[in-house]
Amino acid sequence: MNKERALLAYVSRLGDNALVLGQRMIELVAAYPELEEELANANFALDYIGQARMFYTYAGELEGQGRREDDFAFLRDENEFRNLLLLEQPNGHFGDSITKLVLFELFYLAQLGSLARSEDTQLAGIAARAEKEIRYHLRHNTQWLVRLGDGTDESHRRVQDSVNDLWRYTGEMFEADEIDTIVEKAYGGPNLEELRERWLADIDAILINATLDKPEDGWMASGGKAGRHTEHLGYMIAEMQYLQRTHPGATW
Amino acid sequence: MSDKEWPLYEVFIRSKSGLSHRHAGSIHAADDQMALDAARDTYTRRNEGVSIWVVRSSQIVASDPAETAAFFEPAEDKIYRHPTFYDMPDGVENL
Repeated sequence: MNKERALLAYVSRLGDNALVLGQRMIELVAAYPELEEELANANFALDYIGQARMFYTYAGELEGQGRREDDFAFLRDENEFRNLLLLEQPNGHFGDSITKLVLFELFYLAQLGSLARSEDTQLAGIAARAEKEIRYHLRHNTQWLVRLGDGTDESHRRVQDSVNDLWRYTGEMFEADEIDTIVEKAYGGPNLEELRERWLADIDAILINATLDKPEDGWMASGGKAGRHTEHLGYMIAEMQYLQRTHPGATW
Repeated sequence: MSDKEWPLYEVFIRSKSGLSHRHAGSIHAADDQMALDAARDTYTRRNEGVSIWVVRSSQIVASDPAETAAFFEPAEDKIYRHPTFYDMPDGVENL
């Protein structure tokens, strides 16, 4: 794979992560028990959709075949999405959503930080902008994880279950494939092994603060980065793409 | 959903450096940090602020509406307290 193709695949993958997570969060709009958290979630979801748009638009430019952001989002099939499996998991309860966000955003923030210093100026620019948004998300969501973990017996028990259930999807974030390796070497992208060490140290500190136990390292699920997904993504995409598939080119 | 309401906080926003914080509204939150986040997400979504204060509504000491007459009316006829007797120097715009 040449470096241009690797960069295209990498940027498109960043778009997939942002879109799939953003869409999952949008499913929760109007479902929050408190108005203030409702607004926070909707703001955060739109941050992700905005990031997906920037990544897809850039991917379309890199590809040079006239595909636009909507073509990436609405006219690709499940196996063409290369998002992390963690992000397509159903929302579950509030503790599940918060846990998913903390596990991912701790990784994503470091990834963006590294990309903001990469040699591809356009990707660096997008990453720098997204980094500010995610820094705030992570602050907000980490506080919630600590509140739930260090809260009542029930909130502690339930969010510990969330951490245990989602842990198996965290390994994939740090599995470097050919695309990651080329982008690291050719563009100064992140080294996933370094990111993993930082992540482990940071998540350790957060879990201790939240009085939660770190799960034993066990079997890790992977495949999302290669287009092999859990059964949940297909349903989500079907709903997300329904309108463009039924009425191609519809605008309003 | 919990049937217990979170405490109310009043939110004050400074719209830009040099101006003072102004009351923007109120939000519910379980603790101070959550209140700060909720204020940010509720009242600064359209770039309204550079600084936020939040304070528990229960901590605010307010004047009593029943005492409005004693509190405020004596100031009504003291026109000499207004700086209307000074000549404005030429060229001063913001006074």
